[in-house]
Amino acid sequence: MAHAIFFYVFSTIAIVSAIMVTASKNTVHSVFFLILDFISVSCLFIMIGAEFLGMIMLIVYVGAVAVLFLFVVMMLNVAQQKNQWFLSSQSSRHIPMGLIIGTIIFFELIIVIGGWKYKPELLDKKNSISSFEGISNTHSLGQILYTDYIHIFQISGMVLLVAMIGAIVLTFRQREGVKKQSYIKQISRERSEGVEVLEVQSNKGVKIDD
Amino acid sequence: MEYVSIIFGEVYKILFLLVPVLVSVAMIVWLDRRVWAFVQKRQGPNVVGPFGLLQSLADALKYIFKEIIIPSSSNKVIFILAPIVTMTLALVAWAVIPFSQTQVIADINVGILYLFAVSSLGVYGIIMGGWASNSKYPFLGAIRSAAQMVSYEVSIGIIIINVLLCVGSLNLSDIVLAQQNLWFVIPLFPMFVIFFISALAETNRPPFDLPEAEAELVAGYQTEYSGMMYAMFWLGEYANILLMCALGSILFLGGWLSPIELYPFNLIPGALWLAFKILFLFILFALVKAIVPRYRYDQLMRLGWKVFLPLSLIWVVLTASYLFYFNLLPTN
Repeated sequence: MAHAIFFYVFSTIAIVSAIMVTASKNTVHSVFFLILDFISVSCLFIMIGAEFLGMIMLIVYVGAVAVLFLFVVMMLNVAQQKNQWFLSSQSSRHIPMGLIIGTIIFFELIIVIGGWKYKPELLDKKNSISSFEGISNTHSLGQILYTDYIHIFQISGMVLLVAMIGAIVLTFRQREGVKKQSYIKQISRERSEGVEVLEVQSNKGVKIDD
Repeated sequence: MEYVSIIFGEVYKILFLLVPVLVSVAMIVWLDRRVWAFVQKRQGPNVVGPFGLLQSLADALKYIFKEIIIPSSSNKVIFILAPIVTMTLALVAWAVIPFSQTQVIADINVGILYLFAVSSLGVYGIIMGGWASNSKYPFLGAIRSAAQMVSYEVSIGIIIINVLLCVGSLNLSDIVLAQQNLWFVIPLFPMFVIFFISALAETNRPPFDLPEAEAELVAGYQTEYSGMMYAMFWLGEYANILLMCALGSILFLGGWLSPIELYPFNLIPGALWLAFKILFLFILFALVKAIVPRYRYDQLMRLGWKVFLPLSLIWVVLTASYLFYFNLLPTN
């Protein structure tokens, strides 16, 4: 009873906030709705007993990815962008693109949901998470991930590493004339190179180069 | 009817935890100011009540009776939501903190992940407050804070992995019980130091209080807040600091365990030992505030990404290889 009530509460919040992500006028509000969506989805994960997935969802998506989203969206001048995209003569370029992507996702969803229909054993009890009685969710995930799927796991890690290095290489630029603090230089400075005693002549002054 | 009794039981337990936490937050603000003052050879708040103990109460009363000002150009819903989010997240995390083997509200399997998740959500209160104020200083403070908290979470996460390697469980009670013979602060001492410094950065404490650096940003993300809403930010911040101290004492200082399993020490209940450890860590926090000058922003980022991250990663490799080589890896 209570389980069903919680399920409907969380799934309603998830669906409504997912709609609000696209419907709300203010982009920052959309990101906040996206965060709400992530949180309610992670609550749903916890409700089916996948507590590890739910927590990782919170840590990775809400704690890190959405913060960066929010960062970028807050910095952009969104109203100006929107005017440029939808009011200028080039407006037709973006709408077909969105439509194509939308249709592809729609058909993918149909295939996924249809898969349950045509292959009922996919939703079988023994394939679901609760079949690992006695072992905690985290342990069973780890056992599968680091034995059967170790190569795929490692390869995906390498792909992510390459993507990270790629992003750094793309945005990195060597700037000229930037003064950088070198801690080793600062610490290893001796008195002999830092201080110089000069004989100052009257009415001449000293020229110091730096 | 059955549900009602369950709910009342839980509410009773929650109140029994939250009231002491809130009272100790008030006390700890007083202690913070007092320690700070003593380092600088001042008296600190010593007028209200004995030794000034009731100073925080007086401050709270003052905040309650002040007017709440909402800037006309702010985003009102998010502006009001921000302190609520900060305070709720700071209090919600206490649900999994074990005060003894039986005294814990939710003894969940993934307790440490829950704590980590809630503390990483804490950044939203600050970003929301900074953005919704629709003003320059709060926004700059919010951006600084977001970058800082995301950076230092990474090293805290890896330090937690270090501890988890030695324990073999994500449950907080298991983590404490694994330290019965040896507190993790001894074998993992460098990690304890890094954890302590990262916790300072994660809670925006000095020397990493750049989000509210008063010399540069007025009061950072709190600039536009007043009255009770400001007080909620402030309560949430100190509750978060207490939480980080609790996390540190559970991960490294053996949680509710007494230092020596001998006769006079056994009599002291576990919750009190945990409170002592939290107090010890907090006094260290307060001393650091008084002693160390504020970091520059690029120094802060360098410390997080170029020093702490590689060091803690290397230590993960060391711990894992040591445990593997001597066949000490926990198997359960």
